[in-house]
Amino acid sequence: MNSPHIPKHIPSDGYIPRSRQRETPRKDYKWIGKNMKRVEDPRLLTGQAGYIDDIKLPNMAYAAVLRSDRAHARIKKIDVSKANALPGVLLVMTGEDAKKVTGPTAQFASPPVVQYCIAVDRVRHVGEAVAAVVAENRYIAEDACELIDVEYEDLPVVVDPEKALLSTGDAVLHPDRGPSNVAYRKTFTFGPVDEDFADADRVVERRLRWARSGAQPLETVGAVAEYHSGTGKFTVYGNSSFVNYVGWLVGASLGVPAHKFNLIPVTTGGSFGSKLFTHKVLTLTATLARACGRPVKFIEDRLDNTMNCDNHGSDRVYYCKLALKNDGTILALKFRVIDDYGAYLQFGYGTHGNSLCQIVGPYRINSVEMELVAVLTNKCQQGAYRGFGSEVTNWMIERMVDAAADELRMDPFEIRRRNFIRPDQFPYVIPTGNLYDSGNYPAVMDEALRIADIKKWKDIQAKGRAEGRCIGIGVASCQERSVFSATEFWSLNPLDTPGFQLTSSPESTQIRIDPTGNIQVTLGSPFWGNSPETMATQIVAEQFQCDPANVNIVYAGTDSAFNSTGPGGSRFTVMIAGAIVGASMKIKEKIRRIAGQMLESSPGDLEFRDGKIGVKGVPGMEKTIGEVALFAHYFRLSLPDGDEYSGGLDASYVYDHPLTTMPAADRSHLGIFYPIMGHMCHMALVEVDPKTGKVKILDYVAVHDAGTVVNPMTLAGHIRGGTAQGIGTAFYEHFYYDENGQLLTASFADYLIPTLDEMPAQIRVGHVETPSPFTEYGIKGGGEGGRMGAPPALTRAVEDALSRYGVRVDELPLTPRRVRSLVRATEQRQGSAS
Amino acid sequence: MSTVKVNLRVNGTAYARDVEPRMLLCDFLREELELKGTHIGCEHGVCGTCTVLVDGESARACLMFAVQADGAEVRTVESLAKDGKLSLIQQAFWEKHGLQCGFCTPAMLMVATELLEHNPVPSHEDIREAVSSNLCRCTGYFNIVDAVQTAVAMIKGGKQ
Repeated sequence: MNSPHIPKHIPSDGYIPRSRQRETPRKDYKWIGKNMKRVEDPRLLTGQAGYIDDIKLPNMAYAAVLRSDRAHARIKKIDVSKANALPGVLLVMTGEDAKKVTGPTAQFASPPVVQYCIAVDRVRHVGEAVAAVVAENRYIAEDACELIDVEYEDLPVVVDPEKALLSTGDAVLHPDRGPSNVAYRKTFTFGPVDEDFADADRVVERRLRWARSGAQPLETVGAVAEYHSGTGKFTVYGNSSFVNYVGWLVGASLGVPAHKFNLIPVTTGGSFGSKLFTHKVLTLTATLARACGRPVKFIEDRLDNTMNCDNHGSDRVYYCKLALKNDGTILALKFRVIDDYGAYLQFGYGTHGNSLCQIVGPYRINSVEMELVAVLTNKCQQGAYRGFGSEVTNWMIERMVDAAADELRMDPFEIRRRNFIRPDQFPYVIPTGNLYDSGNYPAVMDEALRIADIKKWKDIQAKGRAEGRCIGIGVASCQERSVFSATEFWSLNPLDTPGFQLTSSPESTQIRIDPTGNIQVTLGSPFWGNSPETMATQIVAEQFQCDPANVNIVYAGTDSAFNSTGPGGSRFTVMIAGAIVGASMKIKEKIRRIAGQMLESSPGDLEFRDGKIGVKGVPGMEKTIGEVALFAHYFRLSLPDGDEYSGGLDASYVYDHPLTTMPAADRSHLGIFYPIMGHMCHMALVEVDPKTGKVKILDYVAVHDAGTVVNPMTLAGHIRGGTAQGIGTAFYEHFYYDENGQLLTASFADYLIPTLDEMPAQIRVGHVETPSPFTEYGIKGGGEGGRMGAPPALTRAVEDALSRYGVRVDELPLTPRRVRSLVRATEQRQGSAS
Repeated sequence: MSTVKVNLRVNGTAYARDVEPRMLLCDFLREELELKGTHIGCEHGVCGTCTVLVDGESARACLMFAVQADGAEVRTVESLAKDGKLSLIQQAFWEKHGLQCGFCTPAMLMVATELLEHNPVPSHEDIREAVSSNLCRCTGYFNIVDAVQTAVAMIKGGKQ
């Protein structure tokens, strides 16, 4: 390993823990790195997936929710008598009713922002639950919602994050937290920012606006809950991704301990971060089931989901300054960010903790200062969406680098190259304290330029421009941090109310080889739409050198799983690989021991080969794993005494974060918290019609470095799918609230998810592999990538296409209307000048 | 609420049921017939996740009442695999990684089925046109188009 780069303001002695990697990267894998078809697919292709809405329990009733049509109001009175009288209605519950039996929903802000599964006293955004109905079927439940009369007293509405800074009196959403809608304001300084700005030749400044968009998987959130009064235990099916990390907190809201709340995972129809917890739906459905004495199903409809889900993403205003030398060297970045969290604060300020792990991008930026201003407004709360805040800072950093290139009249590729962290500088600690484990940024850019054939792109552009067309090229070179550490959730919290300072983010597995030699692998995290079963199968097959057909994957709920976190922050493949390697090593040791007895050989002379274990260098002197397994299960008396020969072949393993450290007490750095650093270079060639504002993507290239790739086909699927979401974020998607707090884009007719028509003909994908020195096999995460690189590449491409208009793009999404307004502003300026 | 009689065939089987006239076709398939392969994405007719074939034509099952399908032949994803063997289109989706979460997949399969029944040799543009009717949030659509194209090639190659 190179000698690490550590900034001067961070005590370097022992800063980087030793690597715990056991499986060092190799070239001769049998299953890792192969395009194996997904083992999940047959059940999904035949309509037998078992999503949450496919669960049906005997005697089950159905819930619907009445939602607020007001953005901010006191609830004066709710009359449920007509709803109660409707035949088929089993239960009508208001917030007051629910509060008597169920406490506030779990949340991670400190100090807390109190939230209930049904609003109590006051509604704070359109779509908040006001009452819930349980009936014999969903149709009746929805009829009954229409019969509930709610009397409101309207309160002042705030939807503009900068106006929220000034809110007073009745416009304050949570008076119990103080007389302001500013939830939090604090400045974090990492390194010698003032000195670096004093050394600058120039400073580039921008105001940037990132609009609110959301994951919007095609499956909404749902739950089926049952309460057994004889045992006092809940059994709940849900499509949460963090079942075994935070599921028990729903039990806490319900007033029962963890062992009285069994949360069972189901196949999930997409998450992209939005189903990490699903706490509101879980808490509500379980509350209703207990109250009505029957199993209850609640499945959000699309409007339930868009108006009240957990998945509205970041909604930020940035005021940025970049300190530059005239040769293009970037010295320092300073910014103020105002983030509109909506009406509640589910994940605290974690989206900014996340951002700070890669806040200098792939560049040698010496110091950073962030003033964080978190505001509350009358909008749906934020949740997690693919990138968890870092997709926004990627866009911000790349916007600022492009601004610097324009200021210095430098080529956008050249200014990036000049500032790249060099391949010989890893491991590289950035000013915030996070570590970049490895990388080769010039190689990724070179590969993108090669695939794109940049000369051809430039010819197309030159020819098009000669014809009067607006053709632009955009590039983004961005980080994709992977494998979060839990410290990101609280490291930015106020020092006097630091909250629950957890440091674990484990993943576990239980592996059991049955008497026939087939391998049963239990995962503590659910299928959320990606390929956990395929990943696990490939890694297990690699460990045992067996046929993947001999591996079967099952999922454990809270009654039986070991410590597991779940997919999020592009962590799952790295983490489950760690757990599988740990458990497999234990079992393989036992197989060696037993096979040693069977073959009368020393365990150290044995190797795994083609589903067998045999004596090295002696072909034929071997046993199948099935023969060893049968022996281990049924021939105890043929083996020596002692626990090491006890019956069966099974092991569990809890693997925790491969490399994480604590933040400094004074937060002068945040420790190592997101070190498995992927990287990407995205390039876009676009044409803009200045008359209509329509953007057409002519070509698109995405090259990613996710370390050792387990399955190139599924990784490419992530990259393309994530890029499609990035196209949506850049051009189409916006949760737009008007000044009255009405969500004008609540349905898919108005919230525009890209169809195939909005996609380029192709997204050409490349992989560069720089294995991590810290994870098993050198794997890095790659689940969020596409969405973290597409917005800045597309933004620059549009800006470049409109260069003749001197347009500067500071705000997304670049809808036709916004593009037109940018062009029109120039035309009017030119018109008035002439 | 009063009910009306609906007689229809679904995946080749005749059914007679008494249903409320307001019952949506998607709810009828899922709740009355226990065919869970037809999924509900938006209930506004936008996303196409509930697409089924009614008398051979694709239809949004969230925009149709069950009674409107009276006398019709309805096909859902459950009709595609025969005797435990995936149809060519299903195989092609598997080969080409044409799905991730799988929620939109049954509808995409029905769209592709309709296309290939009407036009066994579709052009690339024909395929894009057909697939553009439905939303997928995972794949970016590229592998879905690839899968349909692969199915066309498999049919041409006589791999029935």
